[in-house]
Amino acid sequence: MAVFIVRRSIGLIAVLFAITVLTFLIFFATPGVDPTRALAGRNPTPETVAAIKHQFGLDRSLPVQYLLMMKRLFISRDLVSYGNQALKVVPAITSAAPVTFSLVLGAAVIWVVFAILTGVLAVILKGTIFDPLLMILALIGISMPVFWLGEVANLVTQDRLHNTFLFHWVPPLGYTPLTSNPWQWFLHLVIPWITLSVLYIGFYARVLRANLLDVENEDYVRTARAKGLSERRVLLKHMLRTSLITFVSLFGLDFGVLVGGGALLTEVVFGLPGVGKLTYDSLVKLDLPVIMATVIYGAFFITIANALVDIVYARLDPRIRPA
Amino acid sequence: MPQPLLEVKDLRVSFRTEDGVVKAVDGVSFTLSPREVLGIVGESGSGKSVTMMSVLRLINDPNMLVSGEVLYKGRDLMKLGKGQMQEVRGDEIAMIFQDPMTSLNPVYRIGDQICEGILTHQDIDKPAARKRAVELLQQVGIPHAGSRVDDFPHQFSGGMRQRAMIAMALANNPDVLIADEPTTALDVTIQAQIIELIDKLKDDFDSAVVLITHDLGVVADIADRIAVMYAGRVVEFGAKRDLFYDPQHPYTWGLLGSIPRLDRPKASRLYSIEGTPPSLISPPQGCKFRPRCPHAFEKCMEEPELVSRVDKRDHLDRCWLDPATKRVTRYNTIEGGRAA
Repeated sequence: MAVFIVRRSIGLIAVLFAITVLTFLIFFATPGVDPTRALAGRNPTPETVAAIKHQFGLDRSLPVQYLLMMKRLFISRDLVSYGNQALKVVPAITSAAPVTFSLVLGAAVIWVVFAILTGVLAVILKGTIFDPLLMILALIGISMPVFWLGEVANLVTQDRLHNTFLFHWVPPLGYTPLTSNPWQWFLHLVIPWITLSVLYIGFYARVLRANLLDVENEDYVRTARAKGLSERRVLLKHMLRTSLITFVSLFGLDFGVLVGGGALLTEVVFGLPGVGKLTYDSLVKLDLPVIMATVIYGAFFITIANALVDIVYARLDPRIRPA
Repeated sequence: MPQPLLEVKDLRVSFRTEDGVVKAVDGVSFTLSPREVLGIVGESGSGKSVTMMSVLRLINDPNMLVSGEVLYKGRDLMKLGKGQMQEVRGDEIAMIFQDPMTSLNPVYRIGDQICEGILTHQDIDKPAARKRAVELLQQVGIPHAGSRVDDFPHQFSGGMRQRAMIAMALANNPDVLIADEPTTALDVTIQAQIIELIDKLKDDFDSAVVLITHDLGVVADIADRIAVMYAGRVVEFGAKRDLFYDPQHPYTWGLLGSIPRLDRPKASRLYSIEGTPPSLISPPQGCKFRPRCPHAFEKCMEEPELVSRVDKRDHLDRCWLDPATKRVTRYNTIEGGRAA
């Protein structure tokens, strides 16, 4: 286990290094990108431009600039945004991360539970009309774009049906931290959770159903039946566990991507000040310090999520456990 | 004849496919007495596995059609409810399969997989079941069973896995053990050990055994009676001795002739049965072996019944040839036509 963690950490550092260099180079290789312009305001004199270039180290060589930025990001932690110098990058990320976490974690719980339920139910009901019905439902879930679904949810819960007994509990858009008021935190996030999870429920249910049907023809499932086990036990104990391997690897990737800022559309639609929104804003303004910070943050979680997936893998399948 | 333990009557299994209905098992009947070893021999696709899987109702194909009776201790298994059938499986009739590499669930410990069957059918607690699992592994010859019980299947070799499968099948002391080509996927040296093991354990556990194989050599040692299957039906059925020394069906001769033998002058070539098995969708008219049979004549266009045609009442076959003629003609096939 210790070896595993060390190996993974080295991998993580390598990934972070590669991704920061890449982001840095892309930024400076993009034609028309000149942070000085954003920093210097309208119609600057050549002297102002030169002064600002010097102040931000933009007149240094690229490797030095890269190292300076990393130093301000990780060591002095006082890197500021190019566009808004009052915006310190590190605190911006640390205050946005809990919002994203709250959103993605809740959605993940919902989507894992309902995807497993739907997938297993579809297999149990195979041969009846309900199996294709469930799968069509799943397909509909996959096909609804999250921004559209979110807007519809807002329209219904905030406006059209807000004053009925159904949705009068839905608070206005926005976010309340868990630490300040857990109940309000929950109420604010219920609709975003459901909205974000719909796509994944549909997708994961279909994947799980396909895997279960694959596994059904395995010899060991026949052995389990030959032992006289009930169908329920065969399904839940012998088929589900091996089928979850694909499910888990997909989950690791999706979860990492979402925590890393991929829940952007949901955050924007529901006015949640999370990392996705921060990334989006910085990308629009080509604000390198913030982009850099969010990219590092995202890569970090994707890598961590993958490491966790490997651990869960090993739990699920003894064949890949390190000796 | 003692009261049969298992009696299969006119079992027919067919599968609807895009090309037509495949008659995989076409009217198979046999009986199995307590503690008897019945060998079912035939080439791939002859319906031997499908027959025995249907006995346990292990085929879950929506396109499958089954008819016939499977009487186990007088109860028709075909008419049992799902729950009742589950009580029979693994408890009264157990089955082991061809490929031990894939027949054990890779994610559970060997011991847990054995215990699972015990706990399903017996009213004992987990530690007792585990103790029993260790005993069983010892009985099937797994060394250090006490620690190997916690191994995962991938830590076992192929032969050990098949032993574990046998342990699992015998866990509830079944009256019938169905072994579906238990040695096919194993090394030749291991094959003999597994067959010996089954032979020994059937006595220890007082179980009857149905041994499915494509290799007459495998059943030669331990079977009491042998059924030879071809194209979904039994073509010859009799005591082992009769079948080996007085085989009646040309297909049986072909099988016997294709076994290499050390006790006879060496044939220059082993006999091989010409042609391929017939289509099970539109089988040939009359005797199903007719197109491949070197001795076929006009009468073979009629379907021969499975009846006794020799002086032994329980030696049955489906062949129109005159038994006296057969004694002469079969010699070449079995002993090697071009023997030096």
